[in-house]
Amino acid sequence: MTHWIIAPVILPALLAPIIAFVMRHDYTLARATSVAGTLALVAISIGLTITAMEGDTIAYTLGDWPAPFGIVLVLDRLSALMVLLTSALALIVLIHAIATRWDEKGRHFHALFQFQLMGITGAFLTGDAFNLFVFFEVLLIASYGLMIHGGGRVRLQAGLQYVVMNLAGSTLFLFALGTLYASTGTLNIADMAVKLREIPVEDAALVRVAAILLLVVFAIKAALFPIHFWLPGTYSNAPAPVAALFAIMTKVGAYAIIRIYTISFGPDVAATEGLIAQWLMPAAVVTLAVGAVGVLGARRLMPLLSFSVVGSMGTMMLAVAAFTPYATSSALYYLVHSTFSAAALFLLADLVVTRRAAGDGLTAQFPTVQNGLFAALFFAGAIGMAGMPPLSGFLGKLVILDAIRDSSFMTLGWVAILLGSLLTIIGFARAGSILFWKSTAQALHEDEPESDKDEPEGDRQAENAPKPATALELAPTMAAVAMLALLAAFAGPAMQYLEGASAQLYDGSGYISAVLPEGEEAQQ
Amino acid sequence: MEIVVATSVGVLTAGGVYLILRLRAFPVILGLALLSYAVNVFLFSTGRLAINMPPVLQKYGEASYTDPLPQALVLTAIVISFGMTAVLVMFALGAFLEADDDRINMTAADEDKDARKETGA
Repeated sequence: MTHWIIAPVILPALLAPIIAFVMRHDYTLARATSVAGTLALVAISIGLTITAMEGDTIAYTLGDWPAPFGIVLVLDRLSALMVLLTSALALIVLIHAIATRWDEKGRHFHALFQFQLMGITGAFLTGDAFNLFVFFEVLLIASYGLMIHGGGRVRLQAGLQYVVMNLAGSTLFLFALGTLYASTGTLNIADMAVKLREIPVEDAALVRVAAILLLVVFAIKAALFPIHFWLPGTYSNAPAPVAALFAIMTKVGAYAIIRIYTISFGPDVAATEGLIAQWLMPAAVVTLAVGAVGVLGARRLMPLLSFSVVGSMGTMMLAVAAFTPYATSSALYYLVHSTFSAAALFLLADLVVTRRAAGDGLTAQFPTVQNGLFAALFFAGAIGMAGMPPLSGFLGKLVILDAIRDSSFMTLGWVAILLGSLLTIIGFARAGSILFWKSTAQALHEDEPESDKDEPEGDRQAENAPKPATALELAPTMAAVAMLALLAAFAGPAMQYLEGASAQLYDGSGYISAVLPEGEEAQQ
Repeated sequence: MEIVVATSVGVLTAGGVYLILRLRAFPVILGLALLSYAVNVFLFSTGRLAINMPPVLQKYGEASYTDPLPQALVLTAIVISFGMTAVLVMFALGAFLEADDDRINMTAADEDKDARKETGA
């Protein structure tokens, strides 16, 4: 059974080259393989989650090298959940990309997609900090390709910015890992946890530097202020299905922060006590504010959605910064929610924007086909993202508010979250009414003279008129919204699972004894 | 010895950061290359500087050895940064050919543009 742990990494890693080399001229075959692979990934990750539910942490030693020397993959509740989330999101995005024919607009979409999945699942499963760096690079290099899929001047320039930002981030990651290795002599997350607890506070200067450097690296990925600037440019210029898949990429950063700063640099480590929360909390508040103001000020739909992603990362990180088991489980609930709500909005935006003459500019114009349906879906996605009942965003924000009630930054946190939600609601309401309501009103005025003026014009327009979205094109967006509803309906069992996950994180002994079976855990 | 390594890492990093801040494709690529050299040398030194030592502890030999792990890390880092630099050059070339301009930062007018309208896709 334990061999299944590596399957979510191996499967896409094998499929991607096959798709790239054997099936590059046959779209049908590549699509079928890609969908089949992603379906298998969903099945495997459901199996892994059921295994993880039993509460044991299982370590898989690559090449059977014992833990501090070889690389381990670790399956616990958190990593199983993240892999499941990735595969479910991937399936939704992949079906959308195929249904809207995005995958034909450039080459190697499916191969890059599988490589991206390999990097993401690997980053979630690995129990070694340097291996985490390697998987980060795998997912990044695939994301570079996906980001500029379809080409075009603005997209290439935005892609160049994205690559430069992440290369600088990777270099910083290596500096952080080097410092960490120099001060602890290990890069295995469990071994680090043991060693860090032995370091006396007087000798901790280097460890504290490493901890903050690592935090900066993960904050780049998680788009935290002041290093969030890459996100709106990247997400709003990426192809929309890719932007929907990137909803999980910010969560990789968030996951790494949660993993490293609970297991390794836990709140009980004397060397870095309180250091992380002290930096993470203000960064999260400002990120939240930047996101909310960005939503309010955006002049195009895609940047608006990108800023709402920034805002949701701020909300989540605020809960993480409390560093209590309850707050972390609330952050994880919000993490799952914000992944699906961002994906739903980006996928819907793709459907709407491709049918509008003005693209994603927030200007009133003729209504598109199926205006009512799109408006309803946008409304559902927007209340999910802004945190209104009945979808899971409301519950997610509610638990976060409850979880930070006992923390030292309760007032600031509550004000930030509530004001941020208000601004987000206003921003989304403005965008929605321009896109869907004003357009209807304007059409009533302008349609009349045109219809009796000249007929051929009308015919030509009818030919160019956007086609209504097919059921297959709509299904992924609806599935993502349905996930929000399910997450709200089954909030109880979900929170129970997540509380189990954060209990594993804060206890740490299960993780350490699973990875380092002999002796070392006695020092815990 | 330590001072030489430390200074070279510092100078390389400073040069790299300065070049990245030039915000033109070519200097930025050079700057990132300098930064990756800096980090490679830095990674070497994380296992402590030891000269003329075997990489593994010999059973009956001298007790002193040089840590082999950073060397493995450096090797991985070199391979990755080399590949990434190649990707970056391709991106920069692509962006330059499309835009006739090698600026990294985008103008306000660009930010109002819709990527999909440019391609018709």
